Amino acid sequence: MNALTAAWDWLADPAHWSGDEGIWHRLFQHLVMTVVCLVVSCLIALPVALVLGHLGRGGALAVNISNVGRAVPTFAVLVLLLLTPIGKWGEGPTVVALVLFAVPPLLTNAYVGMREVNRSIVQAARGMGMTGRQMLFHVELPLSLPMVLNGVRLAAVQLVATATIAALAGGGGLGRIITAGFNLASTPQVVAGAVLVAVFALIVEGIFEVVERLAPHLVRGAR
Amino acid sequence: MTAPPDDCLARNEWICGEYLSTRRQIILDAVVQHFQLTAVSVLIGLLIALPLAVLARRWGLAAGPVLAVTTILYTIPSLAMFSLLLPVYGLSAALVVAGLVLYSLTVLVRNILAGLRAVPEETRQAARGMGYGPIRLLLTVELPLAVPAAMAGLRIATVSAVALLTVGAIVGFGGLGNLIYAGMNTYFKAQVLTASVLCVVIAVLADLLLLGVQRLITPWTRAARG
Repeated sequence: MNALTAAWDWLADPAHWSGDEGIWHRLFQHLVMTVVCLVVSCLIALPVALVLGHLGRGGALAVNISNVGRAVPTFAVLVLLLLTPIGKWGEGPTVVALVLFAVPPLLTNAYVGMREVNRSIVQAARGMGMTGRQMLFHVELPLSLPMVLNGVRLAAVQLVATATIAALAGGGGLGRIITAGFNLASTPQVVAGAVLVAVFALIVEGIFEVVERLAPHLVRGAR
Repeated sequence: MTAPPDDCLARNEWICGEYLSTRRQIILDAVVQHFQLTAVSVLIGLLIALPLAVLARRWGLAAGPVLAVTTILYTIPSLAMFSLLLPVYGLSAALVVAGLVLYSLTVLVRNILAGLRAVPEETRQAARGMGYGPIRLLLTVELPLAVPAAMAGLRIATVSAVALLTVGAIVGFGGLGNLIYAGMNTYFKAQVLTASVLCVVIAVLADLLLLGVQRLITPWTRAARG
């Protein structure tokens, strides 16, 4: 418990909150990085997953990409990118590594969601003379939305968590507080940084929960 | 005075046979460490997850808290997880193992529980009708039938653990992650690439190994299909 009180004391010190190395600045970097990566990965993964799901093809591919993705350490990808010319683009390597990390779960969830739409409903829609585009946007997408959003939520929380690794490679974000703590051999600072990231991840989880509660028509689909 | 050798090491190329031959022992040590830490973590995770899942299956009330706690553990970032455990374990291999165990719990508990829940009620009643007690029912009917789901979880947990272990480099026990971390600081391309590729290779091999084990211990799943 000593470690936690020491970490609390570290957090309570106003000097640790301001400036370029301060908590507010790191929090802001972390937030920007997470949001940018989430938006980019959604833009890449969701259209592909929705179209593949609509066509009913490439499912094995999506699941396999997801499985292979799990085997690739994000840290290794980050360092590899850092040593290539991309490494000179500031936060570029971090964004690329995190997007590569977030795309597989998004793709799999959205694809599975599309495929789990009741086939008889899809056939009824086809029988009513809907075009492929109408079926996708007015039938399949609304019905699969809960699953698609579940994937986005999963990706968002994992991005918050994984963005800390950027700090190992000299990037910004809350992870820097942790790595700086390791370098200073300051356990209170390390624990304080870890608590900050964990709380951030839980807040993101909570925001998604609240959105789902406030907009049940959106998430539960057109039942 | 001798001129510096003009080989791929000196030119810092990505792919370098010279690196493999001169650093063979270092690479081998890292691979062994990577393998050991992963295996120990996943095995301990399995030993903890199994009773938790059985408990959650037996008493419905326990299921909620067990799943909630393991899920929260999963949202804690790896770097943060290792840091939070720092006061308990200090800079040691036990720190990395403890972190990986906590991560593997989520996947393992969920999958084993799903497998146990999927055992058909008729099957359990048939076993009871044949005079099976609760322990024998669990050991000889429910657990074997839950093996495919449990193995699926074990494979995910193992592959993730191989990848996550690299972050353990921050405390010096990251297996191949140590080589990546050191290579990053010295801009040593061959070392980073080799270690990264070996990580993926270990993950794939471990996955195939578990798949083979699953086929060996669940012969009935193939008989039913064929």
